[in-house]
Amino acid sequence: MTDNLPVLTTHGIYMAFGGVNVLKDIDFEIYPGEIHGLVGENGAGKSTLLKNIAGVHVPKAGEIRLNGKVVQVPNPHAATDLQIALIHQEPLTFPDLDVAENIFIGRQPMSSGLSRLDWATMYSRSAEILNSLGVKLDPRAKVRGLSIADQQMVEMAGALSQDAKILLMDEPTAALTPSEVKDLFAIMRLLRDRGTAIVFISHRLEEVFEICDRITVLRDGELIDQRIVGEVSVDEIIQMMVGRPLSTLFEKGDTEEFGEPVLEVEGLMRTLKFENITFNIRAGEIVGMAGLIGAGRTDVARALFGTLEIDSGTIRIDGQRVEIGRPRDALKHGIIYVPEDRKQNGLLMPMSVIKNMTLAVLERLSRNGWLRESLEEEAAQEYVKKLNIVLRDPSQPVRELSGGNQQKVVLSRWLMTKPKVMLLDEPTRGIDIGAKAEVHRLMSELAAQGIAILMISSELPEILAMSDRIIVMREGRISGRFDKDEATAESVIAAAAGQFLQEG
Amino acid sequence: MATTSDTLQRQRSSDIAVRLARFRELGIVVFLIAVLGMTIAFQPDFLLKPINIRSILLWIPLLTVVAMGEMMVIITRGIDVSIGSMLAFAGIVVGMIFRDVPGFNIYLGALIGILLGALLGAVNGGLIAWLKIPPIITTLGTLSVYRGLVFIVSEGRQIDPNHVPTALIRWSQRGPFGIQWVPYVVLIAVVVAFLAYAFLRYTKGGRSIYAIGGNPEAARLRGVPVETTTFSVYLITGALCGLAGILYASRFGFVNPGETGVGFELTVIAAVVVGGTNVFGGSGSVLGVFLGCLLLGTINVALAVLGVASTWQLAVYGFVILLAVTVDAVIRRELRRATTGE
Repeated sequence: MTDNLPVLTTHGIYMAFGGVNVLKDIDFEIYPGEIHGLVGENGAGKSTLLKNIAGVHVPKAGEIRLNGKVVQVPNPHAATDLQIALIHQEPLTFPDLDVAENIFIGRQPMSSGLSRLDWATMYSRSAEILNSLGVKLDPRAKVRGLSIADQQMVEMAGALSQDAKILLMDEPTAALTPSEVKDLFAIMRLLRDRGTAIVFISHRLEEVFEICDRITVLRDGELIDQRIVGEVSVDEIIQMMVGRPLSTLFEKGDTEEFGEPVLEVEGLMRTLKFENITFNIRAGEIVGMAGLIGAGRTDVARALFGTLEIDSGTIRIDGQRVEIGRPRDALKHGIIYVPEDRKQNGLLMPMSVIKNMTLAVLERLSRNGWLRESLEEEAAQEYVKKLNIVLRDPSQPVRELSGGNQQKVVLSRWLMTKPKVMLLDEPTRGIDIGAKAEVHRLMSELAAQGIAILMISSELPEILAMSDRIIVMREGRISGRFDKDEATAESVIAAAAGQFLQEG
Repeated sequence: MATTSDTLQRQRSSDIAVRLARFRELGIVVFLIAVLGMTIAFQPDFLLKPINIRSILLWIPLLTVVAMGEMMVIITRGIDVSIGSMLAFAGIVVGMIFRDVPGFNIYLGALIGILLGALLGAVNGGLIAWLKIPPIITTLGTLSVYRGLVFIVSEGRQIDPNHVPTALIRWSQRGPFGIQWVPYVVLIAVVVAFLAYAFLRYTKGGRSIYAIGGNPEAARLRGVPVETTTFSVYLITGALCGLAGILYASRFGFVNPGETGVGFELTVIAAVVVGGTNVFGGSGSVLGVFLGCLLLGTINVALAVLGVASTWQLAVYGFVILLAVTVDAVIRRELRRATTGE
């Protein structure tokens, strides 16, 4: 921290997507030589703010000042010229080009005389930059095949090659292992000590408190407060982020008796993805699956649904061994999968609510091979009522529904198949608090009807509130198992981050 | 970081990737030798007859010149199927000039051909780069528009051998220093290939082509001029087709509106893909594509020498494309599995 002037300030930034304000009157400032944490719930506007500063989006109103002077940042190129660099959550790299070119792309050094690209200089300068970051990477190596962490280093080196004075980092740690995070932090501190201003977005508050000098909290597009680390507690920050007391989450009640195991998984293995995955889910039970992003949870779910081939291991449904090679097999055995990304994997956005809901049960709604629209509508109406879906008309496109209601449409589709096992991948990601509670209530009801539920979630409060049992995955292995009453936030985080290995 | 063990493992896998990529060009050479071997088994003096060598050498220039442009297009994740029509248009217009203006300078004629091709290519590029019309749709459209123009401009009449300047025809018959079996057209193709190499390797524009194909979104965010570069590759391809139109007149001595360049896109795309260019964009090399052209040329001449009917050629090209793409897809899938487990 320094007491000199801010290197960059924003004044009254407004930004809207499709008429909805996602940033409202943001006055934000960053000082040279500080690491500034930017926190808030999903959809609070953190990424949008960084993208406004970096020229990816242009604000609807407001101004950005660099060293006190108003600047225009109409595109990413302009940001580069102003020595502002944005490090994206998913590294923006060119897999077929080598490390050096990824660092210098668009600004490759040219040799004088017969003006041509100077590869020798490019390699030697890349090596210098990587060295100064303490990164052991060969400038001549192709980027394809590098780990996410290494690709991030390549992007950071790119920022340094253009003497970035302001480094905006959008969830750089989301896909890193703990040891990679440690290395990244070392480099961030190094850059800070050289006078670089760094903005750091992370959902992991412990990281923010570890690395940052100051913290800014955003909520629903508004800047709530700016505080100095050391003068604020984690609880206070969380309070500011959610804007309400913590205990409003829906909590699944205790179930006295579970039925027989419906799904039993033993020794599931897939090279480089996961290994030795053994667990079961009983009828009426919700098993929460916790872990960091990239721990292999989604891959396990995909394997159970038949979209990822397994190398070995057995899957049993109601005690019978089953082979699941493709989603058809899974559906036949009553396993359904609700993917994390509704838009990409779940919903057909331009199609109607009815069509989206009945997709998996068309056979049942047909007579003599012809689809009966009246039956479709009836079925859809039933679930609209049952799940309390807010809409104008069941024949309106799903696209027009809110995130929470879209999620209920996906759920309806699968519920129509009368499943035995539901694999829910981040069931409440990106939907608002009210809808969240409703999805949770619905999950409890489904469990009460005897469905076995696997809930993958990266949100700890959700895991703790909704699970009867908790499985934690870390780097492709199960690293912890907890019953509802023995699980604490600390123990689950520890297992996910690998501080204390406990095999259950 | 590069110190953790799983990263090391991944880097080792990427070494395998690099080795396989090299193997790719070697693979073409192996395939080439296999084709030659098979042919020699039936015709022991295949390579000893200068006429066969000459046939192969004469077969490649047209292909190589256009393939260099098509390769750049495919690296940017695009495709240009209008090349045959652009070639014919430049060939027919320049041929008409030669016919109607006796004694017209052939170098000036070649320049006009190149410029005409560039113009047609620029139309493709403009539609694709700025109006964002998918390349396959755009060039399918211009494939027939340009072919239509060829008929309209020529009124359906062929440019006959007696209208093609003798000096131009000599480009395909004589070489420098009196070396007969390496005609000038072959040298032109080699120069084009060399320029393509220099452009792709030593200019920002050339590198941008790879960047756009590798990750278009990243290219935009990193300030690579995506539209201009996309436009340029189609323009370059058009210009090269223009040059190829002249080479066609030189090689065959005629330009026929209904025949010249018809189906040429298939051969060119075959050469580019067989040469190891990734059909999904991002990678491709001049050497590989040159070898691809040589391989197709050899297959072509070998089929003729072995007495296989020319009606089989089309099927053989199609088969070779599928084979190359399949081999590529299998290698890539295995590679992906080895590096990411996906």
